Amino acid sequence: MGKKAKTSATESYWSKKVAELSAPHRKGNAAYEKWHKNVLEPWLGKTVEGSEIREVYTKDDVAPQPDEMPGVYPFTRGIYPNMYIGKPWTMRMFSGFGTPEDTNTRLKYLLKHGETGLSIAFDEPTLYGIDCDNKRAEGEIGKCGVNVTSLKDMEVLFDGIPLDKVSTSMTINAPAIILFSMYIAVAQKRGIKPEMLSGTLQADILKEYIAQKEWFYPPEAHLRMIRDMMLYSVKNIPKWNYISVSGYHIREAGATAVQELAFTLADGFHYVDMGIEAGLDVDSFAQRISFFFDSSMNMFEEIAKFRAARRIWATVMKEKYGAKSDRSLKLRFHAQTSGYTLTWQQPLNNIARTALEALYTVLGGAQSIHTNSYDEALALPTEDAAKVALRTQQIIAEESGVLSPVDPLGGSYYVEALTKKMELQAYEYFDRIEKIGGVLEAIKKGYMQGEIADASYERQMRLENGDDVMVGVNKYREEQEKQINTLKISMRAQRTQRARIAQVKKARNESKVRLHLERLRVAMASSSENLVPYVMDAVKAYATIGEIVNVGREVYGEWKEPKII
Amino acid sequence: MGSGKNQKSSERPIRILLAKPAIDGHDRGIYVLARAFRDAGMEVIYPGLLPTPEEIINIAIDEDVDVIAISLLNGSHMTIFKKVMELLKKRHAEGDIAVVGGGTIPEADRPKLEKIGVTGNYGPGTPMNEIISHIRKRAEEARANKW
Repeated sequence: MGKKAKTSATESYWSKKVAELSAPHRKGNAAYEKWHKNVLEPWLGKTVEGSEIREVYTKDDVAPQPDEMPGVYPFTRGIYPNMYIGKPWTMRMFSGFGTPEDTNTRLKYLLKHGETGLSIAFDEPTLYGIDCDNKRAEGEIGKCGVNVTSLKDMEVLFDGIPLDKVSTSMTINAPAIILFSMYIAVAQKRGIKPEMLSGTLQADILKEYIAQKEWFYPPEAHLRMIRDMMLYSVKNIPKWNYISVSGYHIREAGATAVQELAFTLADGFHYVDMGIEAGLDVDSFAQRISFFFDSSMNMFEEIAKFRAARRIWATVMKEKYGAKSDRSLKLRFHAQTSGYTLTWQQPLNNIARTALEALYTVLGGAQSIHTNSYDEALALPTEDAAKVALRTQQIIAEESGVLSPVDPLGGSYYVEALTKKMELQAYEYFDRIEKIGGVLEAIKKGYMQGEIADASYERQMRLENGDDVMVGVNKYREEQEKQINTLKISMRAQRTQRARIAQVKKARNESKVRLHLERLRVAMASSSENLVPYVMDAVKAYATIGEIVNVGREVYGEWKEPKII
Repeated sequence: MGSGKNQKSSERPIRILLAKPAIDGHDRGIYVLARAFRDAGMEVIYPGLLPTPEEIINIAIDEDVDVIAISLLNGSHMTIFKKVMELLKKRHAEGDIAVVGGGTIPEADRPKLEKIGVTGNYGPGTPMNEIISHIRKRAEEARANKW
């Protein structure tokens, strides 16, 4: 501190932003101080110390802002001028369990009941590149999502679903390039050209190293595959969001709202740097970067987070990256209500929590929303529970009157002050991460992982001592919990999947499989090749996920995470 | 009860192996437990993600732990906890290493897990003191068995 000024000859963009945002726009807050002394304290009959959140906010808390409007830079108030007026958000329910047949039935059920976009959950063996016939997958097949081992499964999964009409989001992180290739292959088999497809890949591997911990290889190898999908999509599938930069998992792993905001956007900027390094013009690829955020229980913090995210993205894309197209500046995001806030105790209470959290995402301007089901602290949702979750969105959209006006909380002294505060805190994190050596270096040092573990531990301690409340868990507990029906995934999924892969392996042309895997191996070793066409050939020959992933394991090796405890 | 007894300072601290024995990276809970156990004076061994049941048993025996605490949230506990217990028996260590479980475990599965020797099986929201005193009790039993 003290007189130590500028750190080095070239002050970074982030430090400059921190300085810019922390400069007070006005000295003190006279109206507040007067009210506090002359009205509040006499009313309470005692003096009160200041706390982090004040009793009331005034116009002195908000920097004088030009009249910002939605659909206009920096998009704090929303990325479209009319937002939900005329067309609400996309109701996109994340679902997947058991066999591809099971999930196919659920997808059709949700579409029938008014869902407007698909979102597929894959099981852990699929996400870790372990085939269903591998001993390691025993007991885990179809448990946390749908199992996909070969292209055959993907064909069944999307059977009868019009891929040229619905948009599909897939949560497929580490094996993204394989499942992406399978999706395109299924479409091609049905005569649907890639350019007609629309959807989103949750392929953000950085947040895997930070939070969800699903990976195969060291980060550089996965990042190269993301670059390849980026290049392929920009050229061939213009409507495809090749990456959904995800804060959801960061938050669920225990991060605070500010950490979620900061780490997610930092990851986003890393992908922008990657695209530029790959020789692309920023406006050619940035418009297809999308985001995925959590919505947790603290109303104003969530709303301010979404608003701050849009403002930061637009500002940095314009100022730091020189993006010119409005579409590159607009942060589009999917939001999901928080799984962490759900309780297995008194599970019906979760309907109330989910409804509130979903409302915050609407007030925060989300483009698509998933609402959790009330039984998800216990198991994957039943059909009935998933329907209540979907209905919750429909009630918000069609009964509550929140579709208009746009950004109704814009101009609220508190929400504006909080938006700005979170914005500043995010820039402080960007600055710190840069000083560590960038996102990748920070991950390797376990920096974000440690920050999240600290925040999560603090939260747990607040619950333990009652400072934070979870109804039914540490307050208003009941001795006898009523049992509810939950979805059971039987071992049938495992048997079906193993029988199917045995058949696939029998029917496929083995030498063709070997040939394509060998070609893929060679391509993997040369970083200038685009891997998508090679993976595509392998999946079309019915090579399994495990076989393809193993080629990569041989080429790139594995990854051991840094110790944080 | 006698389970909440404070540990005598002369005693060797409880050694506990914390593991998520499945294909699953959601490690929020296990990190919280690791710190809480450490704060409670235990020696915590955490081998990182994705250990196989075989690896867990090897580490437990090599490190001479009193307790193995396994946690799962992905619904595969009936298969995987059972495998851990079978391997422990195979190595004749089921008497002197206690196994406790936790995670997302449906009520109906709890008695089944107790029966094969996996106790506790706490879900989210369980007060930390309850978990810690259960572990102390099981650790004492395991040590009594050993000596």
